[in-house]
Amino acid sequence: MSNEIEAIKDPGLPAHVHRRADNDEKYARRAENQVAILFLLSALGTILLIVSYIFIPDDIFVFIPIMGEQNIHQLLLGLGMAIALFCIGAGLIHWAKTLMPDEEVIAERHEFRSDDEDRAEFVKTVKAGAGAAGLGRRPLIKRTLGLALGLSGLTPLLLLRDLGPLPKDELKKTSWKAGTRLVTDPGDRPIKASDLEVGAVAQTLPELPAGEHHRSLNDIAKDAVLLIRLRPEDFNLDDERLSWTHEGIIAFSKICSHMGCAVALYEQQTKHLLCPCHQSTFDVTRAAKVIFGPAARPLPQLAITVDEEGYLVAQAPFNEPVGPSFWERTS
Amino acid sequence: MTARERIAGNVAGYVDDRTGAAKWMKKNLTKVFPDHWSFLLGEICLYSFIILLASGTFLTFWFDPSMKEVVYDGAYAPLQGVEMSAAYASALDISFEVRGGLLMRQIHHWAALIFMVGIVVHLLRVYFTGAFRKPREFNWIIGIGLLTLGIVEGFLGYSLPDDLLSGTGIRIAEAIIQAIPVVGSYLAFFAFGGAFPGEAFIPRIYTVHILLLPGIFLALITVHLMLVWYQKHTQFPGPGRTEKNVVGYPLMPVYMAKAGGFFFIVFGVTAFLGAVASINPIWLYGPYTPGQISAGSQPDWYMGWLDGLVRMAPPLETYFFGYTISWNILIPGLILPGIMFTLLALYPFIESWATGDKREHHLLDRPRNAPNRTAIGAMALTFTLVSLINGGNDIIATTFDLTINQMMWFSRIGVIVLPPIAFVVTKRICLSLQRADRELVLHGRETGRLVRLPHGEFVEIHEPISAEKAWTLTSHEQLAPLELPEFDEAGVRRPKALLNKVRNRISRANAVAVPKATETERKELEGHH
Repeated sequence: MSNEIEAIKDPGLPAHVHRRADNDEKYARRAENQVAILFLLSALGTILLIVSYIFIPDDIFVFIPIMGEQNIHQLLLGLGMAIALFCIGAGLIHWAKTLMPDEEVIAERHEFRSDDEDRAEFVKTVKAGAGAAGLGRRPLIKRTLGLALGLSGLTPLLLLRDLGPLPKDELKKTSWKAGTRLVTDPGDRPIKASDLEVGAVAQTLPELPAGEHHRSLNDIAKDAVLLIRLRPEDFNLDDERLSWTHEGIIAFSKICSHMGCAVALYEQQTKHLLCPCHQSTFDVTRAAKVIFGPAARPLPQLAITVDEEGYLVAQAPFNEPVGPSFWERTS
Repeated sequence: MTARERIAGNVAGYVDDRTGAAKWMKKNLTKVFPDHWSFLLGEICLYSFIILLASGTFLTFWFDPSMKEVVYDGAYAPLQGVEMSAAYASALDISFEVRGGLLMRQIHHWAALIFMVGIVVHLLRVYFTGAFRKPREFNWIIGIGLLTLGIVEGFLGYSLPDDLLSGTGIRIAEAIIQAIPVVGSYLAFFAFGGAFPGEAFIPRIYTVHILLLPGIFLALITVHLMLVWYQKHTQFPGPGRTEKNVVGYPLMPVYMAKAGGFFFIVFGVTAFLGAVASINPIWLYGPYTPGQISAGSQPDWYMGWLDGLVRMAPPLETYFFGYTISWNILIPGLILPGIMFTLLALYPFIESWATGDKREHHLLDRPRNAPNRTAIGAMALTFTLVSLINGGNDIIATTFDLTINQMMWFSRIGVIVLPPIAFVVTKRICLSLQRADRELVLHGRETGRLVRLPHGEFVEIHEPISAEKAWTLTSHEQLAPLELPEFDEAGVRRPKALLNKVRNRISRANAVAVPKATETERKELEGHH
């Protein structure tokens, strides 16, 4: 006897175990009935769908526990469809598992690799083909073809040029100018300092030029400004930034300096502004300094004052681009 | 011959005269497919793709992919008189005025979620069982392509209705494009036809969503399936199963009935979800306007990990010579996902490089028998899972009464610390399971029956396991580590010495295993008792 370690051997495919339905016609008959019942259920499902589509009005809402208010038309339509489809599937699978042959079959695999002779033939064919074309012998053709193909690749790029205009300074400017009134959004009413209580927040936009009534989303995407009124002594600002406020009212771009979401959550107690997209948190008392989250820059502050009629206006345009960063931003 | 058989014969003859299909069909109708529940995961993807095509086509009949502003005057009273895009208005019409429209919208959305779940779980199955090994590397790469495109396709799909939530998602996508160094703002302006949001984006992504990407999907899925067909399916190890055969059921009729039936089951379940489980109720969000937002904004789950990475990124931006680089966007939004998907796609090649194994494999690995691979998978999964959790940090914080800061710091630390821990723990678990297998083969199954021997000793009776089971537990291969030379015969360091050292090191780690039980040991133990 050798000292070689003997591995555990493959006992081979186990003997087939017959199902009850294979041997006993009674069980086979029962399985057949079960499959038939499933198919009949499916038919009922489709009938439910047809009936609901035609006879149930589509504006009836019924309260169903857990699901809440449900449109009965949509619900029954969907349930009918679900029953119809599911039961076809269940029937087919039950049929396959109980009545179709379940003896496992063994098929052979073949290695994918072609034999060496074929491989050699293949290489020879490719070489012969390439040789016949003479690509190696005629470098001029090869190089000019390369040039032509490379250049023609520029065509689709060039033709896509008119997808949009060049950015120019579009990302850097907003509609705010010195003297532009801040108006409520929605409502477009000018705002007086006295309209805002301490602790109040208002969403504002620049007043539209006389005669214009329509505001484009492109403008809102850059112009949206948040007004917040604090007690003047709550501020912790340098003199310049303090001069940008008016009687405790401070204005920031509402467009997040991180990824451009609307910074809409203001917490009165802590005086923090929070962006709901990525939770960047800005401290209102310190000129919207980032105190948490992924934003790297404070929200741009809009310098405000009041005009002769007492309405809040911008002292000057934003002194930096609003919204998310881009390559050409200078700071 | 009955009349029916004669007709069938005539039809088959007619087709064969013109295509010569009989020879091919004869062979392939009896093609053998191995059976295992986990092989159904890929099928779920295929079927939900078909459901997506059908329900999506339905939706295109009513959807108006336009950002032209209209005043809504449809059936949904709370939004009557509100200015909105034609896209949003038509999505409302589909939900409230087209009979079965809401059902179809919900089926479409649910099918998309199931499609993505299916892809990810299918990928995990293929990964953890080593089904990606030679000769199936092409199919692995196609699969990674489908996963990537699926994420994009899903995002574009839920962006189309132009509601407040989806508009916010587009805003974030725009910010990522805009953050690309040098060309970012140009790319953003080309994509959006000008400044954000413009009027071009919805119609453009509509073309991509319903024509370009589905076309690519169709092509890739076809190749994916043809390769499965041609290479024959892998199978789990077991008695009678070898690298040279495939054991299972013939296509006709068993597999056809089962696979066909499973399509209807998937469709039925999706329809059920569409009927009872509300998803993406766009009418509650209102139309998109850049100045507004709803709290708790969440992307669909397959984008959640990306959003989670963006949320946990440190606030880093560099300014130099008047230019800005936003690391806080680039790293989580482009660089990390780029690295992750590249590593994922290259994994089969990395593994075969590390093990030096260039042979064909048709028998699957049980995950425990490839501890390193399983542990790497667990590590990657942990990384993604922490990111995904952080993608819902606001919801989790409010639900479990935590602060957002606690959640964020948990993720920032966890995303770095937890994956290595997952690696070590998983590897240990795998080795312990190997040890348990060995025990089982050598000592048999614990029966739970305690017996008192005449001299008073208590022993538990062990029952030997079947020959089939013993084979299943020991049939795997245990590779010896590579021993690539660092020095040549003359004792001089070879040019690739360092590389070889690294490979030796990795393959040693790969080869760590509990020796499997042998027949010899079994017999010795038998003699012992």
